[in-house]
Amino acid sequence: MAKVLMKGNEALAEAALAAGCRFYAGYPITPQTEILEYLSWRMDEVGGVFIQAESELAGVNMVMGASAAGARALTTSAGPGFTLKQEGISYLAASDLPAVIVDVMRIGSGLGDIAQGQGDYWQLTRGGGHGDYRTIVLAPASVQENADLAALAFDLAEKYRHPVLIASDAAIGQMIEAVEIPEFREHDINKYDWSIKGCKDGDKHKKIQNVYYDDPNYETYLSDKYAQMEAEEQRYESIDVEDAEIVLVAYGVSSRMATEAVEMGREAGVKIGLIRPITLYPFPVNAFEEAKEAKAFMTVEMNILGQMVDDVKLATGGSKPVKKFGSIFALPESEDILASAKEFLDTVKEGK
Amino acid sequence: MAEIICAGFGGQGVLTTGMMLIDAGMEQGKNVLFYPSYGSEMRGGTANCSVKISDKRIASPVCKHLDILFTLNAPAIDKFEDRVKPGGLLLVNSSIVPEDRKYRDDIKVVKVPATEIAYELENPRGVNIVMLGAMAASSDLFTADYLESAIDNFFAKKGKNNPKNALCFRKGVEAVNG
Repeated sequence: MAKVLMKGNEALAEAALAAGCRFYAGYPITPQTEILEYLSWRMDEVGGVFIQAESELAGVNMVMGASAAGARALTTSAGPGFTLKQEGISYLAASDLPAVIVDVMRIGSGLGDIAQGQGDYWQLTRGGGHGDYRTIVLAPASVQENADLAALAFDLAEKYRHPVLIASDAAIGQMIEAVEIPEFREHDINKYDWSIKGCKDGDKHKKIQNVYYDDPNYETYLSDKYAQMEAEEQRYESIDVEDAEIVLVAYGVSSRMATEAVEMGREAGVKIGLIRPITLYPFPVNAFEEAKEAKAFMTVEMNILGQMVDDVKLATGGSKPVKKFGSIFALPESEDILASAKEFLDTVKEGK
Repeated sequence: MAEIICAGFGGQGVLTTGMMLIDAGMEQGKNVLFYPSYGSEMRGGTANCSVKISDKRIASPVCKHLDILFTLNAPAIDKFEDRVKPGGLLLVNSSIVPEDRKYRDDIKVVKVPATEIAYELENPRGVNIVMLGAMAASSDLFTADYLESAIDNFFAKKGKNNPKNALCFRKGVEAVNG
């Protein structure tokens, strides 16, 4: 398929359809509303179901129903709306149901605002609802990745019978770039034996709910599932990491400027590299094995608390200093990232 | 890498201008990015978009050091003139921007009566296309011939064809080249 110009949010929506998604239920909130708007007319063209639900919670619960019936189902939100979906995500995880939930991040706690932000990292990666679960989280950094990862998300959700989150952000959602939408694939709603198809005479009655506590193997089943995710699903891009003394760690929109900072630094003779997590969970700890010469790590993320710093410390066994660079008020500038990284490296080298 | 902001009144076609530019860049195999002004705007207020066209991977969606500032009204100049790089290009719609307006002396200012030209050609919605002609003639981003065909192609893909667009474009080129 030829490249076309699309907004990040629209590319994600179209790619979901290409992956066989035929059920969407969501509720408007900036900066994700274009997904809803696009699917409101486009879903009809491909013969699927689009529902503007009465609330975010209703939307995610409708997705749970569609998923239990074997459909590829999607809901999307942002900021406070994504918080409202957490109950449903927890129920999806408990019920072993696949589904894709998108958070187009914006800034702030509470209402926050519609500007770009990356403040939902902990909520996304630690299981934002109640209970004992977490989910695979995919973090696109371009319009093309918004499309590619949307398609991948449905495959991973079914591979693990588990909800998968996409951590997009306002910048990636709003920007327009050239994109190639993945090939359209048919999804057979009756493909899986676990889905509810209607109970015929003589069939065993099937239930989709969290009834697994009476299964003595339930704990092993779950811990194996997460172990498999961590072993098989780490995804990342690494740039100039092998000989780097200072390694940036950045995802989503921030990683674009971090990439440029590495290019600028290398031209100036700075041994700088970048690890770009594409899965936020499982966090790509394997990538850090390549960083043999690293003296320090610096995350670049648009939040106040440096939410990814903990994961970098865990991935490096706490062996190296880690600091965070970034603000909630503006996209990080490549020059500023490089300057801060150099200063941090100098401080670490001098042992201050 | 070319960094461009297109700005004017809502309805003057500045967002379409941005789309035409990135489409022209994409068809040449370049990396392109369009970023809308983000936040609340009202009807009749200023509209603007940021455009990047590059042979390399594009990092930030934000344009801070403009090679070209494409404006169709005076508020657009007020808002973005400071961001033009020294030696950069500012396109001014002299039909509606006062003649005695002062500009920075370290940038190239090209004044074109784009609104008048578009009305003379009975294509009042072609103001932006007149200015695109002027842009092609006064920068090396795209040749005039290429951009003219790229604009036709842009509208053809949408199933639209207005022969007056090419007239507007050529008049814009002539306004600069004489």
